[in-house]
Amino acid sequence: MTDKTAITLTVNGSDHHIACAPRKTLADALREDCGLTGTHLGCEHGVCGACTITVNDAPVRSCLMFAVQAEGGDIRTVEGLAKGDDLSPLQQFFIDEHALQCGYCTPGFLMLIEGTLRQTPDISEDELDEILSSNLCRCTGYRNILRAARRALDHARTTTPEPAA
Amino acid sequence: MSLVGTSVPRQEDRPFVTGRGRYLDDIATPGGLHAAFYRSPYAHAGIGAIDLSDALALPGVVAIYTAKDMAQLLPGGDRLSTGLPSSSIAFPLDRPILPADETVFVGEPLVLVVAHSRAEAEDAVEAIDMDLDPLDVAPDLASAVAYDAVPAHRDRPHNRLAQFDFDYGDHAAAFADAAHVVLGRFEIDRGGAHSLEGRGVLAAPDLIDGRLSVWSSTQTPHALKKHLCRLLDMAEDAVSVTAPDLGGGFGPKLVTYPEEIAIAAAARALGRPVRWVEDRREHFLSACQERAQLWDTEMALDADGRILGLRGTLLHDHGAWTARGLNVPYASGMMLPLMYEVPSYHLDITVAVTNRVPVTPVRGAGQPQATYVMERLLDAAARATGLTRDEIRRRNLVGPERMPCPRPLLLRSGLPVVLDSGDYPATQQSALDACDWAGFDARRAAARADGKRLGIGLANYVEGTGRGPYETVTVRVARDGRIKVNTGAAAMGQGVGTVLSQIVASHLGSDPARVDLTLGDTAEPYGFGGFNSRQTVVAGASAEAAAQVVRKKVLTVAAHLLGLPEDSLEIDGDRVTVAGSNSGRSLTLAEIAGAAEGLPGYQLPGIDSPGLMATERVVIDGMAFANGCLVAEVEVDAETGLVRVLRLELAHDCGQMVNPVMVDGQIMGGLAHGLGNALCEKMVFDSENQPLTGTFADYLMVTSAEMPPVGVSHSETPSPLNALGLKGVGESGVIPTAAAIASAVEDALSDLGVTISTAPLTPAALRAAIVAAKEART
Repeated sequence: MTDKTAITLTVNGSDHHIACAPRKTLADALREDCGLTGTHLGCEHGVCGACTITVNDAPVRSCLMFAVQAEGGDIRTVEGLAKGDDLSPLQQFFIDEHALQCGYCTPGFLMLIEGTLRQTPDISEDELDEILSSNLCRCTGYRNILRAARRALDHARTTTPEPAA
Repeated sequence: MSLVGTSVPRQEDRPFVTGRGRYLDDIATPGGLHAAFYRSPYAHAGIGAIDLSDALALPGVVAIYTAKDMAQLLPGGDRLSTGLPSSSIAFPLDRPILPADETVFVGEPLVLVVAHSRAEAEDAVEAIDMDLDPLDVAPDLASAVAYDAVPAHRDRPHNRLAQFDFDYGDHAAAFADAAHVVLGRFEIDRGGAHSLEGRGVLAAPDLIDGRLSVWSSTQTPHALKKHLCRLLDMAEDAVSVTAPDLGGGFGPKLVTYPEEIAIAAAARALGRPVRWVEDRREHFLSACQERAQLWDTEMALDADGRILGLRGTLLHDHGAWTARGLNVPYASGMMLPLMYEVPSYHLDITVAVTNRVPVTPVRGAGQPQATYVMERLLDAAARATGLTRDEIRRRNLVGPERMPCPRPLLLRSGLPVVLDSGDYPATQQSALDACDWAGFDARRAAARADGKRLGIGLANYVEGTGRGPYETVTVRVARDGRIKVNTGAAAMGQGVGTVLSQIVASHLGSDPARVDLTLGDTAEPYGFGGFNSRQTVVAGASAEAAAQVVRKKVLTVAAHLLGLPEDSLEIDGDRVTVAGSNSGRSLTLAEIAGAAEGLPGYQLPGIDSPGLMATERVVIDGMAFANGCLVAEVEVDAETGLVRVLRLELAHDCGQMVNPVMVDGQIMGGLAHGLGNALCEKMVFDSENQPLTGTFADYLMVTSAEMPPVGVSHSETPSPLNALGLKGVGESGVIPTAAAIASAVEDALSDLGVTISTAPLTPAALRAAIVAAKEART
């Protein structure tokens, strides 16, 4: 269980050749072995959603997935949202709507919304609101996050999604 | 141009939305080691033999420290003395870094394991064989102070850590003369802070110069530095403490913890970086908690519904160690009568040691409980007198004509409490108007026709903010013309950096993007950090003063260099220009800063001391009291006890706002936390004081699904206590919420005769109250 296995993780379009123990979670592998610390751990039991990323466009809790399970998948993290210095519309909506304070849960919410809108661009507002209740935030009281998410939904409805880089 | 009062965008946001925040566990230390703690599985046990042989043999294990080993690493003592002084405390309960003989709560750290990875450290923790001899515990708060109670510490005589009172006026006469007396017994449960990022610490010794660098997810880096210097017997300039980005604080990160000391000691002993990052289970078990209190209170009123007196008892759960002091029960007792005209008051407070996680402030710090009790009593008084709930409050609130209003109460410093400013009746009226209080009966009737049971409730409150004595702020215009701000104020996620940059930039060119901040700076010898909704007030006051001094120097030097009078100049962005002139004559701040430094053999340019720099520590002894009124509308299912909050309307006054969007953000977050306290957040312990809520699956926090639409309206009555008229806001939303919800739920069930006296009001608790009311009627 503690012997390391060589795997390749494809994160934000780049391959990371890493060696990790089979018991290592995807979240830990992203943070420790790929150097991508934007994915945060809030509970490590799959409730708070701070560690949410997307794998093949589906939002997943990276604390509940082993790194070895993600090999071959298209893994996306918060670090992949902006293009260079240009923030994605969703990131800008979070800033504009004051949808973050300490920022710790923010990557999880961003990737939850990103994955949801990629998978279901025609989702209803009520369904989107319901999905957002799967992540926890202690700072904002959520209303501004809902506003930012709704703006992202409006944006998704009126634009053709760009293929991920 | 002043930026105070404008919602400038937060400096903090861009790194956070791009994954470039730098939280404690994001700091890379190649070759660094990881730690895990063996934590007590018992609430109370004697510690016997410890066998580490299996654990030491596991792969990756570097070192294991028991209490005895740890004491060797701590020449300055192996206990944390973090309590605020009080003559009421009967016996000291300073926390050991690792206890040697006895453990007193589930989750207490007993042994430290250092290994190459966290997983290996945890494996070794599992392999530690420790003889623990379980001891009896008092099963709940009330029984802990019974005269035959088992002491939570076997070498202490009892659990009554402190007994003190608040007392003024002739309460005996008040109750003898009363036309009405209402009473109530109120029970508020324990909850946690649950910042999404837990605690964490990383210590890295420098083997060349012997210095120790420590990063901690703490609200008070200065306090941690003081404790490290003392316990490790290190000089002040040999230790630096840095708080990186904090993934939330909410109170518990304001005290220094044994883990922070133990990790620093181990890193020093091993000569390598060592980190410990709290996981959620550890946060449930070992991060400080709050709120558990039992109140027995009564209120005397005259025939017109004017309060004559208030008296009763408060039993406060202190937890197993003194990790902060008596400040939480003190705040509760001070707050109870504070915003109403209460001519006589007597409250006996007993602080009980329990075999549970130590209690220190969680957002609100004793104020939500007092507000709950006072507002519940006022609802009962409304029923007894036949007045409406808003009218009885109107008759008793301290009026604006009384401001500033000295109260017959003392701050913990011994100074009298003075309500500094505010119009409480007007604030209440704003909240009532915002939610159409007068039209509620029609809404209730319409809902009732649809088979729905609605209720409306309100709660007034004040929030003590801006705890002094001061916070240090240094403002300097650097050689490159950028504005450097160093302060003891610590960021904990609320955006204090943006606030300070607004205040400073207002005097130095009005561009907050030109301000670079170093927060929680322990290179500065004097500072405190983040707690008690204080930083915008006290650091803001120092920032204002320092920026004004630097502005004056900038203009003096520029006037000298340009040969123009100072009052003809203005600072605009990165340069000083001639006001109202298009002459093109100007100097950049960089040029002025260069000149102000001086040249060998030349006179300074018009100034007495070199440089464009000022350090200020504006001392503010009094507290700035923000106030508000929250109205809640709820729907209650009387069959299941489920409460759905339909709407919240908060009228609020925190003086001059610096950044209104961020003020609203603070309020919204506080309201969400308050809703948790009102309805669902509850630490459950069994009769052995074993926590039964150890995950987010059984300790329920409010999610977006439970968060109702919220309206917030502001008035801005300046505080006379600081130049900008500021008051704090960080704990505002959390204080009135449980009280307003209880008022609304009771209103929804008024025909059933249900009275609400507990928080949180879980469906099970409410259903039990409904059943009890029904049984009482039959």
